[in-house]
Amino acid sequence: MNQAESTRQINDSIHSWVKPKSRVLDLGCGDGTLLAQLERALDIRGYGLEIDPDSINQCVTKGVNVIEQDLNKGMANFADDSFDTVIMTQALQAMRFPHLVLDEMLRIGTQCVITFPNFGHWKARAYLTLRGRMPVTKQLAYEWYDTPNIHFFTYSDFEALCRERNIKILRKQFVGEHLLDRQLKNLWPNLFAETAVYHLSK
Amino acid sequence: MTSDISTSSVGLVKAEKILIETPLTLACGVVLPSHELMIETYGTLNADKSNALLICHALSGSHHAAGVYADDDKPGWWDSYIGPGKPMDTNRFFIVSLNNIGSCYGSTGPTSINPESGEPWGAEFPVLRARDWVESQRLLMEHLGIQCWAAVIGGSLGGMQAMRWALEHPDKLANSIVIASSMKLTAQNIAFNELARRAIQSDPDFCDGNYLQNNKTPRQGLALARMIGHVTYLSDELMGQKFGRELRSGTFTQGEAAPIEFQIESYLNHQGEKFSGDFDANSYILITKMLDYFDLSREYQDDPVLAFSHASCDFLVVAFSSDWRFSPKRSREITDALIAAGKNVSFAEIDSDKGHDAFLLPNPRYEQVLGNYLSKVADKLEGAA
Repeated sequence: MNQAESTRQINDSIHSWVKPKSRVLDLGCGDGTLLAQLERALDIRGYGLEIDPDSINQCVTKGVNVIEQDLNKGMANFADDSFDTVIMTQALQAMRFPHLVLDEMLRIGTQCVITFPNFGHWKARAYLTLRGRMPVTKQLAYEWYDTPNIHFFTYSDFEALCRERNIKILRKQFVGEHLLDRQLKNLWPNLFAETAVYHLSK
Repeated sequence: MTSDISTSSVGLVKAEKILIETPLTLACGVVLPSHELMIETYGTLNADKSNALLICHALSGSHHAAGVYADDDKPGWWDSYIGPGKPMDTNRFFIVSLNNIGSCYGSTGPTSINPESGEPWGAEFPVLRARDWVESQRLLMEHLGIQCWAAVIGGSLGGMQAMRWALEHPDKLANSIVIASSMKLTAQNIAFNELARRAIQSDPDFCDGNYLQNNKTPRQGLALARMIGHVTYLSDELMGQKFGRELRSGTFTQGEAAPIEFQIESYLNHQGEKFSGDFDANSYILITKMLDYFDLSREYQDDPVLAFSHASCDFLVVAFSSDWRFSPKRSREITDALIAAGKNVSFAEIDSDKGHDAFLLPNPRYEQVLGNYLSKVADKLEGAA
């Protein structure tokens, strides 16, 4: 299984959790691929927030609604419960205050879908243990000094945070590329899932 | 975008005077039995007349938005953005640019003759609202046989018209492109406009607005008004970079008494002087008031979300980082209201040090966003044709 396949699996989960014709806000929407797919498949009214000019251009080219906004500066401009689903894929680890972003997502959206790389995956653990260096993997492809990923956390860390903040985990799905991962990801996700998708509510 | 600003011009253009014979009832109640509009068009209208863009000018704009005249090689005010391969691509769109009523570039306004008195309207020209411009533009649209604009586009006051179009005639435009604009002016913004008006009115040659009848022109006042405006359209950074504390003449050397003139003084005076020869003082007063009075959601219980719920077009909102006269915050308010109203909208805040004037000037990112958006609009039209 390759990266495209795991992206497909993640997207399948998101598609099955988002309601048709609902309002969706995608935080850090990148080039707008996910929103474009959701619009086509589910006729949603979607908006993406993004700060990268090239990504914004690509969204505009795709005809995806994109709003230039820095998530680290807050989202006070969005009213409580103004969206059915707020999505954040692979960006929580790059936020200055992930717990506050999570609170904001659940304030703005009735439900949230969130995905992030698992720093507890065995490859990352092995990298750190054996090499004594911060992991540089396909998913976390940066050196420690220039990485946008400023918070490293595992699924166990994330679920602990959800418990602490009374966030309900409605559903979750684990994704792994490696054969070993695919066999063991559901048994021991914190070690064998590279990426997980969480479906949350208040 | 691969547009080449320097070479892809629409070339020679000609202005045209259109007589609108349908009476126009203004917001103030006055009826103009007929009115004249100076217009320019670029590109070709397609068979089903669906590829038309309407350009809405701002305070001091004219119908001359692109290309050059045979006897004047000064390009139109939005020439960087209109032309073959440019964001407003004349290979794909038919672009309509007009001089709005109340202005002074040949359309009915304070310098025209009031048919009732046989004298120039002068200060008697009826008070205007942005909606009057939109209504006059709608009559022009009818005259041209266009059913629906592919997009209505404008910066500053032009953006206000683009928004008003979306609320007043939701079925007559597919896209509204709102650049460096606002749903209403701030107190500070109104204050700058009042300074400008007071400057004009204080000129002894203003003659209470009847200067034409007295063969006078309040050039000093108009120049000062423009100088005030001009300062607010630039950013501190840009002024610093462009002029700094450079001297145009004189010296600070002790023992020398030559008068000192900073470059910025000379520049501003030149701009004021030039403008006061081109523009009409009554038009300046009229149109600054139009800006002040504009309040998008006044008739919608002061609720921008309710206001925009009447729109059915898609929106592109663009702001510039160093614009403090129409700051990015104002554009964010527009965008947030559109999102809350469930409208399709994209928003880009373009990094620029050029202040409010940025919307007129070349900027690669601005060109890309506008170009990509309009290219998508054209794709849709051409796909449907």
